[in-house]
Amino acid sequence: MAPTNPGYVSLGERLVLWMDQLWSTVLDSAPYRWSAGAMRRVGLHGRRLVIAVPWLWLLLFFLIPFVIVLKISFAETRWLGTPPYGPLFEWADAQLHIRVNLANYLYLIRDALYVKAFLSSLKVAAISTIFCLLIGYPMAYAIARTDPRWRNVLLLLVILPFWTSFLLRVYAWMGLLGNNGPINQLLMALGLISEPLAMLNTDFAMYIGIVYSYLPFMILPLYSNLEKHDLTLLEAAVDLGCKPFKAFLSITLPLSMPGVIAGSMLVFIPAVGEFVIPRLLGGTDSLMIGRVLWDEFFLNRNWPVASAVAVVLLIVLVIPIMIFQRYQMKETEAEERR
Amino acid sequence: MASPMEERKAPWLDPDAAPYIRIEGISKKFGDFVAVADVTLNIYRGEIFCLLGGSGCGKTTLLRMLAGFERPTTGKIFIDGVDMSDVPPYDRPVNMMFQSYALFPHMTVEQNVAFGLKQEGLPKAEIASRVAEMLSIVKLEQFAKRKPHQLSGGQRQRVALARALVKRPKLLLLDEPLAALDKKLREHTQFELVNIQERLGVTFIVVTHDQEEAMTLASRIGVMNQGRIVQVGTPHDIYEFPNTRFVAEFIGNVNMFEGVILEDEPDHVLIESRELGGNIYVGHGVSTAPEAIVWTAVRPEKMVLSRTEPEDKNNRATGIIKEIAYMGDLSIYLVQLDSGKIVRVTQPNIYRHAEDQFTWDERVWVHWHHTANVVVTE
Repeated sequence: MAPTNPGYVSLGERLVLWMDQLWSTVLDSAPYRWSAGAMRRVGLHGRRLVIAVPWLWLLLFFLIPFVIVLKISFAETRWLGTPPYGPLFEWADAQLHIRVNLANYLYLIRDALYVKAFLSSLKVAAISTIFCLLIGYPMAYAIARTDPRWRNVLLLLVILPFWTSFLLRVYAWMGLLGNNGPINQLLMALGLISEPLAMLNTDFAMYIGIVYSYLPFMILPLYSNLEKHDLTLLEAAVDLGCKPFKAFLSITLPLSMPGVIAGSMLVFIPAVGEFVIPRLLGGTDSLMIGRVLWDEFFLNRNWPVASAVAVVLLIVLVIPIMIFQRYQMKETEAEERR
Repeated sequence: MASPMEERKAPWLDPDAAPYIRIEGISKKFGDFVAVADVTLNIYRGEIFCLLGGSGCGKTTLLRMLAGFERPTTGKIFIDGVDMSDVPPYDRPVNMMFQSYALFPHMTVEQNVAFGLKQEGLPKAEIASRVAEMLSIVKLEQFAKRKPHQLSGGQRQRVALARALVKRPKLLLLDEPLAALDKKLREHTQFELVNIQERLGVTFIVVTHDQEEAMTLASRIGVMNQGRIVQVGTPHDIYEFPNTRFVAEFIGNVNMFEGVILEDEPDHVLIESRELGGNIYVGHGVSTAPEAIVWTAVRPEKMVLSRTEPEDKNNRATGIIKEIAYMGDLSIYLVQLDSGKIVRVTQPNIYRHAEDQFTWDERVWVHWHHTANVVVTE
């Protein structure tokens, strides 16, 4: 790639050269050396600083809010469950009192509503994940097997809905599925039905909304897995007497399991806590934990119980993530050995 | 250069022998591009037939048509008398060893080898015994439970071979079987491959771009160029009697002298070559138009260097030694003839140290016996 004409330096090369010069100027400058030296003396190296950025992010936006929620979930519910609450730690008579009130958690177990909401959320998420997989797998497979020229275009089409607001897209479905919506009108015009089908505010609409919204999260990891497959493996299978569809089942499907698991996690985890779609598209009787959480927080204004729900939800979701992490670690280890 | 195979039997010389694999007028076009052009070949049972050629010569396409992955545009393939035109790859009595080996990464060595037998729906006990037998042939018994990524390159190659052979195919196709191995392992594997082939009696078709690989493995070689088979013959035939400039230059090293025919007699031909700076005497007739341009090919090891003038007035020239490469067993001399042409001469180092060795810038005679050269017309 070296230019044959020594006088010609491309823009890219000029940029790289310029960055290089800038970098060495910075590294040689007195302020840099002074501050780097000072930081090193207190144990801060460049590498640690780089890692510190994500850690800081997690601390600020994940750990601290979680600790606050956890603290609220241990608070006592008075006649109105909004702050201020009694302190968690108390220092009196040279004794440290830790007041952990588990009443909110016991309440969650005792009241059948919460258990039912949790179970129905898991069910909805599981069914949605299965549908995403059934629709997403063939799509990802088709994209991965088309001419490389078209792959990026097709992928772009998959991601395209993200360019409009999520809420707008859900509202669009409300219009589509409504009694006067185009679907009902078309079916009536064709004479297939005489009265509009009640689709909006049903479980059907809710599943459509969830599957539609989360489908890209299934397709993308599946695609990135399927795209890497060595197609000569399939030829080898066919050569050894395996019919093409069976070759897919015994070669492609097992090798795509990491993609299946990654996609399923990406759909299942947010779908469990999904609140907006069931609220807008689902029926009034659709019991989702996200919705219960919302009602508890904003309608009942019972922050401690809402916090307890949030903490339990988090724990329920962390378990599959941990399983996924372990699986991925095993995968990467296997790949490194390859 | 004669392979042991050839000494034992040469079915291609027997007019009554029926070919086991018949390739009849096969062509393959991809759009406007002709990958394989009208290839006709007969291959006999138990042969190791090598398709030799550079990249893009169509050898891999021909192999893929034999396996059934590509459909010929025209022509037919018969294996053991059966027309393969409408037989899908999974029903062909043919197995292939892929260049990348294409081992299934999620299966153990054992499962990889058993895969083909499972497709046949054989009883479990039979599968197990045949897999075990095959693994012992390729000496991989103790690796049966390993996954492919836990194996070395040579071991993977043997798994691929075992997987393809365990189905007892009538024909085994090998796509550059040794390309992924390092040089030492390669030599060893070459002989092992021939041993296994002789033991099982399976017919092999090997695709390779490596002439050395082809020479050691093959009973016969088919040299391919631009989709055509340009010459078929034993390694000996191909090396000693190339039929075109392409084959002469593709296989081994050769000095090529352009010339015009002076005398064309049934028992000899005399060629005037400006490149040599003299005449070339050929001890056999050449069927071509008089005054046609022909090329004379002489292998470097068949040329002789000397300080004294050779007796024969033909097949000789004087020149200056420009380069010497000492290879241990032999030395390579690059001699610039008075005509300006540089020829390559190799001389075996018979004596440990010869006092009067040729040296740089020395004036020498280059000559060869008139049986050592080959005349080609195209």
